Amino acid sequence: MDMLDMKGRDVVSIGDFTVDEINGILDLAQDMVPIAKGERKSNLLDGKILAAFFFEPSTRTKLSFESAMLRLGGSVLGFANPKGTSATKGETLADTIRMAESYSDVIVLRHPREGAARLAAKFSEKPVINAGDGAGQHPTQTLLDLFTIRSEKGKIGGLNINLVGDLKYGRTVHSLAHALAMFGADLSFTAPPELQMPEHVIKDVRSYGIEPHIYTSLDESVHDSDVLYVTRIQKERFPDMAEYEKVAGAYRVDLELLEKAKSDVIIMHPLPRVTEIAPEVDETRNAKYFVQAFNGVPVRMALLSLVLGVSE
Amino acid sequence: MKEFKVQPIRNGTVIDHIDSGKALDVLKILNIDETVKSTVSVIMHVQSAKNEYKDIVKVEDKELNPKQLQKIALIAPHATINIIRDYEVVKKSAVKAPERVVGIVRCANPNCITNARTELDTYEPVEPEFIVESVNPLKLRCVYCDRELDDPEKHLI
Ligand SMILES: Nc1ncnc2c1ncn2[C@@H]1O[C@H](COP(=O)(O)OP(=O)(O)O)[C@@H](O)[C@H]1O
Ligand SMILES: [Zn+2]
Repeated sequence: MDMLDMKGRDVVSIGDFTVDEINGILDLAQDMVPIAKGERKSNLLDGKILAAFFFEPSTRTKLSFESAMLRLGGSVLGFANPKGTSATKGETLADTIRMAESYSDVIVLRHPREGAARLAAKFSEKPVINAGDGAGQHPTQTLLDLFTIRSEKGKIGGLNINLVGDLKYGRTVHSLAHALAMFGADLSFTAPPELQMPEHVIKDVRSYGIEPHIYTSLDESVHDSDVLYVTRIQKERFPDMAEYEKVAGAYRVDLELLEKAKSDVIIMHPLPRVTEIAPEVDETRNAKYFVQAFNGVPVRMALLSLVLGVSE
Repeated sequence: MKEFKVQPIRNGTVIDHIDSGKALDVLKILNIDETVKSTVSVIMHVQSAKNEYKDIVKVEDKELNPKQLQKIALIAPHATINIIRDYEVVKKSAVKAPERVVGIVRCANPNCITNARTELDTYEPVEPEFIVESVNPLKLRCVYCDRELDDPEKHLI
């Protein structure tokens, strides 16, 4: 395989990447797994500095970027909370980024506003990786989701992948649906009507020749699924608690539901989960959400080494 | 035979074949208000040679700048610009929608980074920028937040 050249590339939106490029990233992530687990030592990014600028709280994304950088022998600086930084003194994001760039080799940005990462990329010569911009893009989450499906199932195209829960507001499912359509997956969208996938995402998926199956009932859609991708339905979306509980209950994955599913179905969740997956499911061989969370590390290791132009 | 429903202009610009109903938006783009010094004629809902309805705006002693032309191209993609000198049309051109529009419309997404104000009430140092995805119907997509802008004529800067 040709070595993927991504030196200096920004990672703003999954839509900026081709299927071949994504496969290249996932291949390298596969090689990174032993290092991510601490089984093998690496000094690949020795001397490199990552600036992690989190203008919005994050646990998993921030920790896994840090873990990825440290496991490869690099260092991390930055902040997890904009309070007390120059942003609260009226500095523009553009200026904050110009400063970050002069102190580091790669910038990881989480920001509450859509388009923040694109703007940052415009002002930085150093590569910018989007770690979530408001309700916009979160490309490294999409990559780790794809990695999990590919490593658990051996492929992505042709699988029946069922996205379940809040498909309207969930930022991860929109980019994921786009990427899965690019790979030629057979898609099902299971959600209450008021939280169903927005029309523009359905149109986007169709532009790849994929006609998604729309369901309101998980009992009905679960039979054919190779992958159940479950997301949280937030209380805030419902005017009253009784209505919320009724809806949330109908999209809950438990052992009873699993009996109707294929025996080798895998269950994924971007985490944190609340009640949408029963704890009893954790013990089954179908549960892959903790593996999925771990996969954030090798995937981010692969991305960091690619955009920094360093490989073994 | 030339037939004028309004007084002819000696020098100026005639914006013809404006999509029916958009003449008032064109006036806004030209910054024409009660302070106007020269003659302006607005003709709305007249039948064109092709039997379609159109609007026409005629302004005396004024030629349009490139930003105004871009804006008109967005809201009235069929418009023609006729330069009048000494009562005659000396130059006629069709407006052309650009592939990208920069600094002439604002993003409608309130949470877009281009609409963010700092603690000191300043904007980020970028002009709003859109990719023109289609002209008819007009579809613009924000380069930053990736959202489609529904009614660009309502968001002109
Ligand atoms: N001196 C003038 N004063 C005002 N309007 C004019 C003048 N000359 C031409 N026009 C208008 O400018 C537009 C373009 O004129 P012309 O090129 O003659 O017609 P067309 O584009 O229909 O072939 C028409 O709407 C016409 O009425
Ligand atoms: Zn925008």
